Amino acid sequence: MIGDSANFSSAGRTQWGWIAVAVFILLILPAAFDTSTATLLAIWALFALSLGLMWGYAGILSFGHAAYFGLGAYTYAITSMNMGESTAAWILAIILPAFVAALMGSMMFYGRISDVYMGVISLVFSLILAKFMGATAGEAYQIGGTRLGGFNGIPAFPIINLPGDPSVPIFGTAFYYLVIFCLIFCYLISRWILSSAFGRILLGIRENEARIELLGYDAAAYKTGIFSISAAMAGMAGCLYASWAEIVTPALFGLGQSVEVIIWVIAGGLGTLMGPVIGAGLLGSLKLLLGSQTYIDNSLVIGTILVLVVLILPRGLLPTLMGWRRQSEQRSVRRAGNKSMRRRKSSAHSQK
Amino acid sequence: MSEVIVETRDLSIRFGGVLAVNNVNFSLRAREMRCLIGPNGAGKSTFFKCLTGQHKINSSNGYVFIDGHDVTGWQPYEIVQLGVGIKTQVPSVMNGLTVWENLWLSARRIHGKQGASAEVDRVITELGLQSHLRRVVGELAHGQRQIVEIGLVLCQRPKLVLLDEPAAGITGAEADRLVELIKGINQQAAVIVVDHDMNFVRMLGGAVTVLHQGAILVEGEADAVMSNEKVREVYIGNRAK
Repeated sequence: MIGDSANFSSAGRTQWGWIAVAVFILLILPAAFDTSTATLLAIWALFALSLGLMWGYAGILSFGHAAYFGLGAYTYAITSMNMGESTAAWILAIILPAFVAALMGSMMFYGRISDVYMGVISLVFSLILAKFMGATAGEAYQIGGTRLGGFNGIPAFPIINLPGDPSVPIFGTAFYYLVIFCLIFCYLISRWILSSAFGRILLGIRENEARIELLGYDAAAYKTGIFSISAAMAGMAGCLYASWAEIVTPALFGLGQSVEVIIWVIAGGLGTLMGPVIGAGLLGSLKLLLGSQTYIDNSLVIGTILVLVVLILPRGLLPTLMGWRRQSEQRSVRRAGNKSMRRRKSSAHSQK
Repeated sequence: MSEVIVETRDLSIRFGGVLAVNNVNFSLRAREMRCLIGPNGAGKSTFFKCLTGQHKINSSNGYVFIDGHDVTGWQPYEIVQLGVGIKTQVPSVMNGLTVWENLWLSARRIHGKQGASAEVDRVITELGLQSHLRRVVGELAHGQRQIVEIGLVLCQRPKLVLLDEPAAGITGAEADRLVELIKGINQQAAVIVVDHDMNFVRMLGGAVTVLHQGAILVEGEADAVMSNEKVREVYIGNRAK
């Protein structure tokens, strides 16, 4: 057989060695940062991974991905407040964003709108949610017994607890490890998706959607599918964020949140799964560091970094590093080849 | 007499004031080969896009039937699922993926997970693409990309193949090979070739339909069509004299 499934290299590989290194770093991260900061960085990494999967591998850029992050957070807050524990809230916080994204996605993708309009619609959707949630201060706006709270949001809802047992809340280091588990789980799910026929068809859509349709695939269905999966991951990140922050506000749906995640993905490296995770980790840390000083505006620095990354590392950090590594490997292979050729020549010469 | 695989009834397409396709009634039987020729602006590509669903039509434009199904207004992927293989005018391939990956995506829908790799192997051998297997398609020359696109069609084992300008950008030796390839495809499937290269059309043989100003001007065997006065006047013009 000339080829086999291993020939599908464009989908990337599960780099178990790198995963082991990443897991090790994540496990020791609480030693470098306080657990709370490390947890927040891991949540942002999960949010970036959700966008990186959809944008990097299916070519779908959502300018309003924060909508699903915020939906996950609000769903968790409202449900956990009403139910008094987190099990159902956790599940709903994943399902509802996925369902909303499936509705939005099917309308946009079957409506055959262009990528630009798709970006605009997704942005407007998140801004509408932000605006709406900001206008829910009145008593009329409550779901069950939970008031939505307008700009002040919803505070003091139960944090994540052991499934089915509200008397055992998960917080501190245990919560950090739960977030890490979710991040690794979503990474492995993403990797599995990309190695499946579904993931490979997504790559085809990214490369040439018209051709994929001319091969008999319903591209809109595949795009709706990955949009929904990505929203589910963003919802999970939102749910974890809500449990970490113990308050949800309309800012979660905001433009800033949507733009930040795009920057993390671009800086880390589009078309990789690890890139967005690294981008979120590095730029998220920087944001937190800058947040504690008052000399320079935070957004100015992040914006400057984006411009520099686009100019100097247009492919993003991880793909550039991988490219350098590949080049150095090729150089050493060439050097080894030249050496062995010289050795053969000199031995042939000495035999003469 | 074998069954009709593609048929259009009173098909008309208007772009503003221009009638790009004018009341075309066309039919093709299983395993028949038909070349569709005509000067620039004759409506060949628009007609082709109506057959493939790339140009949206509705019942006011007429009807298109493929393999007995009224496909008027269908999406391209639905038409392809009837067993139609399509090669577009500009090579439409997945440039960022390798040759093997392109062909695998084509074969996967028809042959499933188990059979796709074997089908890709068969097509790669048939097209002589072994040395390009792991090359990214975007790095290949135009002619090679055309061959890869034909490979995408072959992997689907279609019963109707629509080829829009398959000889564009292909050199003499490659054209000979392409002719053999298309004749080979025609052993299993009906083929419609849209082209304006008369030599290529002659090499393919089969019947020819000449389009002019969106309407069918004349149909018949290649040599008879080429010597037709009306065709010489509107299509070949002074160059043929």
